[in-house]
Amino acid sequence: MIDYFHYEFVRNALLAGSLAAFLGAVVGYFVVIRNVGFAVHALSHIGFTGATGAALFALSPLEGMLLISMLAGALMGASGNRLHRSEMAIGMVLSVALGLGALFLALYQGFAGEATAILFGNIFGVSHHQIMQTLLLTIITMTVLFFFSRKLLFASIQPDLAEARGLSISWLSILFMMIVAISVTLASQVVGILLVFTLVIGPAGIAAKICRSFWSGLITSIAIALVTVWGGIFLACLTNWPPSFWITTTLFVLYLVTEMRERLQR
Amino acid sequence: MNPDAISISEATICLGGHDILRNVTASIAPGEFIGILGPNGSGKTTLIRALLGLIPFSTGRVSLFNQAPGKANHLIGYMPQTLSIPRTTSLNARSLVTVVQEGNRWGVPWNSMATCKEVDKVLELTETNDYADVPFNMLSGGEKQRILLAQALLSKPRLLLLDEPLASLDPHHQGKLVQCIHNIKVATGATILFISHDINPLLGMMDRVLYMAGGSAIIGTVEDVVSSEVLSKLYNGKMHVVRAEGRVFIVNAESNSAEPICCHHS
Repeated sequence: MIDYFHYEFVRNALLAGSLAAFLGAVVGYFVVIRNVGFAVHALSHIGFTGATGAALFALSPLEGMLLISMLAGALMGASGNRLHRSEMAIGMVLSVALGLGALFLALYQGFAGEATAILFGNIFGVSHHQIMQTLLLTIITMTVLFFFSRKLLFASIQPDLAEARGLSISWLSILFMMIVAISVTLASQVVGILLVFTLVIGPAGIAAKICRSFWSGLITSIAIALVTVWGGIFLACLTNWPPSFWITTTLFVLYLVTEMRERLQR
Repeated sequence: MNPDAISISEATICLGGHDILRNVTASIAPGEFIGILGPNGSGKTTLIRALLGLIPFSTGRVSLFNQAPGKANHLIGYMPQTLSIPRTTSLNARSLVTVVQEGNRWGVPWNSMATCKEVDKVLELTETNDYADVPFNMLSGGEKQRILLAQALLSKPRLLLLDEPLASLDPHHQGKLVQCIHNIKVATGATILFISHDINPLLGMMDRVLYMAGGSAIIGTVEDVVSSEVLSKLYNGKMHVVRAEGRVFIVNAESNSAEPICCHHS
């Protein structure tokens, strides 16, 4: 196992993967508490349009995805609760986003090979530049959370009280959705846009099911995410099967185990 | 200096083009237990939100502890109608109460020993210590209401605004919650505004009642306000007050219903 550390692409994968997993676990925990899982789906699909259209503006897929998803996130945060109800609207927007992405892929022939990478992740192909961007984004997001997490948690759990205490629910919402956009972008490098939900919501959802307090939930979420990503990368090295497969399957099994445990307890 | 806890003079609240309340005048002394009654849609929750400064009063002079609405919120404990966390999370009551303590500060939600002691105190006051470590979603309706009450008590409020604490509770638990709130009033000397849509659980506990209907409101003792003449004038229709078996029934004499109907504003 230690032999794999000799390979730079494995080290890079572990580094980028750990950062994405860590951020996804932390942000995902808030997503679960706020019950806005649909936002993760939405932002990943909308981000796909940004990733594929990035070449139009001489940007990398990561930069394109980041910009579009953060913009979409801010709009989602600003529109508040109304989004929850309009499943039809969400479905339509997601479809057109994917459709546009398909168009961009077709127009820019050079992207053909990258399509699979964007959709399913390519953690072993991550470049030094991407790692630096990932590190920077993680540091920025964690710094913002360092200042805002107390208010965010309060507003997430008891918005009426928080409003009475002077917190602006809508600004916190906008800020939070933009943070979700960043996490989704980083996570999609590891498992791809189609599987982002599992990496961002999986560890957090499992932790929220079993933990009774905020900090134990957060730490459990981070632990599950890191173990799963590291395990996925090593298993991919051993078996040559894609890491996305191992990561999502492990999380699914863990999820099943906690579900069954819960049902048996009732 | 105004000795009243709450002073409302000729106040009007206008929302979405409609007058929810017109020219309401009421003074509430410190330590009073006021029941706020009236049919659905009469503006009870709206009044509370306006007192908290979340909605503006369009006319009139309103002060709470000699300050404008919204400026005295640190002295007010607000118990909204619900707290909803997703069914899948196992956060316990203790964490949910802890989140509220100084939740509007910057930083991370790390809690000092002092915070934990404050949380213990309100859990004791609301007699919820026995199930504070149980996942909130597994608690009964009555138990959940007590946790909401505990959240409101954290700031050692001089005024408690309770929005339908008895909703969805059976009569036995209603009685126990009212008694609990009465005990808290005696222990802390807080002024209590208690919204209810049934007057009976509050009989014998209230000092006075603020009855709201048809855009107006009247404050006074139960004997003075809850009478056929006064309520008929308030509702602008024939209302009948029946006293039987120590209970009060407010009946709409113009239809067959035994419940006050929602009044339509012109």
